[in-house]
Amino acid sequence: MIKFFLMVNKQGQTRLSKYYEHVDVNKRTLLETEVIKSCLSRSNEQCSFIEFKDFKLIYRQYAALFIVVGVNDTENEMAIYEFIHNFVEVLDEYFSRVSELDIMFNLDKVHIILDEMVLNGCIVETNRARILAPLLILDKMSES
Amino acid sequence: MVVPSLKLQDLIEEIRGARTQAQEREVIQKECAHIRASFRDGDPMLRHRQLTKLFYVHMLGYPAHFGQMECLKLIASSRFTDKRVGYLGAMLLLDERHEAHLLITNSIKNDLSQGIQPVQGLALCTLSTMGSAEMCRDLATEVEKLLLQPSPYVRKKAILTAVHMIRKVPELSNVFLPPCAKLLHERHHGKAVGLPILCFSSVDKRIENWMGTPAYRRRVAHTHRHTRSRLSCPWPPPFTSPTLTPGILLGTITLITELCERSPEALRHFRKVVPQLAQILRTLVTTGCSTEHSISGVSDPFLQVQILRLLRILGRNHEESSETMNDLLAQVATNTDTSRNAGNAVLFETVLTIMDIRSAAGLRVLAVNILGRFLHNSDRNIRYVALTSLLRLVQSDHSAVQRHRPTVVECLQETDASLSRRALELSLALVNGSNVRAMMQELQAFLESCPPDLRADCASGILLAAERFAPTKRWHIDTILHVLTTAGTHVRDDAVANLTQLIGGAQELHAYSVRRLYNALAEDISQQPLVQVAAWCIGEYGDLLLEGNFEEIEPLQVDEEEVLALLEKVLQSHMSLPATRGYALTALMKLSTRLRGDNNPIHQVVSMGLSFLPHPAVAHCHCHLHTTLAQPHPPGGVHLRELLGHGAAAAGCGV
Repeated sequence: MIKFFLMVNKQGQTRLSKYYEHVDVNKRTLLETEVIKSCLSRSNEQCSFIEFKDFKLIYRQYAALFIVVGVNDTENEMAIYEFIHNFVEVLDEYFSRVSELDIMFNLDKVHIILDEMVLNGCIVETNRARILAPLLILDKMSES
Repeated sequence: MVVPSLKLQDLIEEIRGARTQAQEREVIQKECAHIRASFRDGDPMLRHRQLTKLFYVHMLGYPAHFGQMECLKLIASSRFTDKRVGYLGAMLLLDERHEAHLLITNSIKNDLSQGIQPVQGLALCTLSTMGSAEMCRDLATEVEKLLLQPSPYVRKKAILTAVHMIRKVPELSNVFLPPCAKLLHERHHGKAVGLPILCFSSVDKRIENWMGTPAYRRRVAHTHRHTRSRLSCPWPPPFTSPTLTPGILLGTITLITELCERSPEALRHFRKVVPQLAQILRTLVTTGCSTEHSISGVSDPFLQVQILRLLRILGRNHEESSETMNDLLAQVATNTDTSRNAGNAVLFETVLTIMDIRSAAGLRVLAVNILGRFLHNSDRNIRYVALTSLLRLVQSDHSAVQRHRPTVVECLQETDASLSRRALELSLALVNGSNVRAMMQELQAFLESCPPDLRADCASGILLAAERFAPTKRWHIDTILHVLTTAGTHVRDDAVANLTQLIGGAQELHAYSVRRLYNALAEDISQQPLVQVAAWCIGEYGDLLLEGNFEEIEPLQVDEEEVLALLEKVLQSHMSLPATRGYALTALMKLSTRLRGDNNPIHQVVSMGLSFLPHPAVAHCHCHLHTTLAQPHPPGGVHLRELLGHGAAAAGCGV
C-alpha cells in the first residue's frame, strides 16, 4: 500500500503532497525534510530504494524535482518505480513537457490526475487516455 | 475599504518572491486573514478560489483548520467546481480525529445515490482516503450498489473504496465478498459496455448535448493535437473490447487480496478461482491483448504483479493450488521480456511467488537462477531487489543460493550503502563449515574498508560466524584478534568475555595467545576491548610471555620492565576507560605474584593506578587486594584465584 506521494524540489520545498495514511500536519514538514535529505545525499550511481523508518522509499529524480513514494513492506519496489515514470508521462502529456512551475500553478489539476491513478494507496488506472479524459472534460466545461 | 485579495497565481508569485522565512510568513498571514474575512462575508461563488489558496498554504505547512467548515459547505453546493474543491479539501484538511468529518457523511450519501458519475467519483475518492469507521458503516450499502453498476468509471473507484472500508471495518468483508466473484466472472462474459448516459445537472445543457457530437470531438482533437488518436472518445471511453474491463480487474484483484489477507474463509472461497486467475495471467503474458495498458512492451505489468501477489497468497501452504500454478509461473518467468524495468518488475514478483508457495523443486531452482542473473545486471535497483530476495531464501534453499556466493561477495565492494548492507547480511548468512576460511578472509577485508555504520554489524557477524564454524581454536583466536585490532571500538561488550573464556580454555594456545596479544598491545593501546583482553592475558600468562619459547613466531626476549612499562602506559593513557584500567591493575597484581623479581616497581605502579580509579568501592577492593598480595604469599593457585575472583566481581571488572 502506498503511504504517501511527494514531489519535493532540491531546496526542500514541497510541490505536491498526498498522504494515504494520516500524518499530523506538524509532523509532515519534518517527514518531508528528512525524506528529501536522504534522497539528496545519494548519488546517481546508488539505487533508488531507501529504507526509512518503517517504510520503504522509492524515488526518482526529474531535473530539479524528486518524486518520492513511501510504501509499506508488501509492495513491489520495481513496480512502483515504473509507476512513478508512468505518472510523469501522464503529466507530460497533459502539460506538454511539464515543468516544476506547471505543477505549482496547477496544483488542483495535478491532484485530480493523481486521484485518477491512485485510490487509497492502491493503483487503480495506468492508461493515459483514461486518466486524462475526465480532466479534459472539466477543462472544456470551465472554459465555456 | 477592503483590499482585494490575491488570486492564486499572484499569491504563489508573492510567496516565491519572499526572500526570508519571515517575509513568507507575513505574506501568508495577510492572505489567511483575507481568506477568513471572505469566508465570513464574501461572495459564495468565489469561495472555492479562496479555498484553493488555502490548500497551497496548507501544503507549505501552515495551519489551515479554519477552512474545514468551508469544505463542508462547498461539498453541499450543487455546482461541480465547488464540489470538486470541497472534496479535495476534505481529503487534505479533514480526518477522523475532527468531529467535523462525520458531517460530510450525509453529503456523500446524497452524491453517491444521485447517479452523476463524476460526482460519484469524487465522493468515492474522498471516502476512500479519509473515511472513518462510522462513515464506512453508514455508507457500505451505497458503495455495494455501485459495485454492480454498468459504468466502469465509477465501479473501479467503488471497488477500491470497498478495500478501504474493509481495512477500517473488517466485518464488512461479508458484505463485499459476494460481489467479487461476480466481478471476476463478468470479465469472461463481458459485454461491450456502450456509452453510458450521464447528466450533469449543473452543467449547461448545451454542453451536454454537444458532447456526443463530432464537433466536440474535433474541438478536443484540435486542442490536444498530439493526443488526437487517443482522445477520439468522449467520457468515459467506451469499452469496445468484449473481454476487457482492465481498470475493474485491477481493483477487483486488490479487493480479493485484501479479503483473503483478512479472513481464512475468504481464502478458502477464493481458492476456487485460481484457474480463472491463471487464465487471465496467461492471456496477458502470451497474447498481449491489453495494449491499452502496456508499458514498454509488457502488457499491463501492474495487473500482472497484482495477480501474482494474489496467487502467492492463495497458494501459500496449499498443495493443490500450488500445483495448478506451477506451469503458469514457469511460463511467465520464461516469456517475460527483461530488457526494460517493467518486465523485471513482473519477473521479480514471479520469483517471490515461486518462493512462497509449495512449488516444484525445478521451479525453485529456476527462481534462484533468475535472481542470480539479476545480480549480474548493471542496474543497481535490480541488484538491490535480488539481494533482498536471496536473503529471504537463504534459510529455505541454502544450497541453491550458495551457488551464487562469489557474485554476492563481489557485491560487498559496492559503493552504495543499501547494497553493501544487503550483501553483508547475505554473505554472513552464507557462511558454513566448508567455506568459512575463504569467506572470513573476504569479510575481514571488507571490515577494513567498510563504511562506519556497517562496522558494528560486520564485526559482530564475523565473531558469530567464527564461533559457529571455527575449524581450529587457533584460527578462531586469530580471527577475533584481527577483528579487535581492525574494529575494536565497534564490537559488542561480551566479545571480551568470550575471548577470555576461549583463551582460558585452550591450554595449548596460552603462550601463543599471550605473545600475539602483547605484540598487538605494544602497537596500539587505543582499542579498548583489545587492551582489556591483552591486559587480562598478560596478567594470567605473564610468566609464559617472559619465558620466551614460542614455536611459530620468532622468539623475542621480553623482560619484566617492558611488560610493566606497557601496563603503566595503559594505566596512564587518557584513552583508557575505567574498566580497562581495572583490567590493567588486576593484571599487575597477578603479575606481582607470578614474577620472581622485586615487587616494588609493581607496587609503585599499582598505587599510581589506584588513584585513577573513579569509584570508591573499586578503589577499596583493589586496595584490599593490593595489601593482601603485598604480604609474602606463595603464589597459591586456587586461593589466589578465589580472592581475585571475589574482589574483581565486586569491583565489576573481569579477572
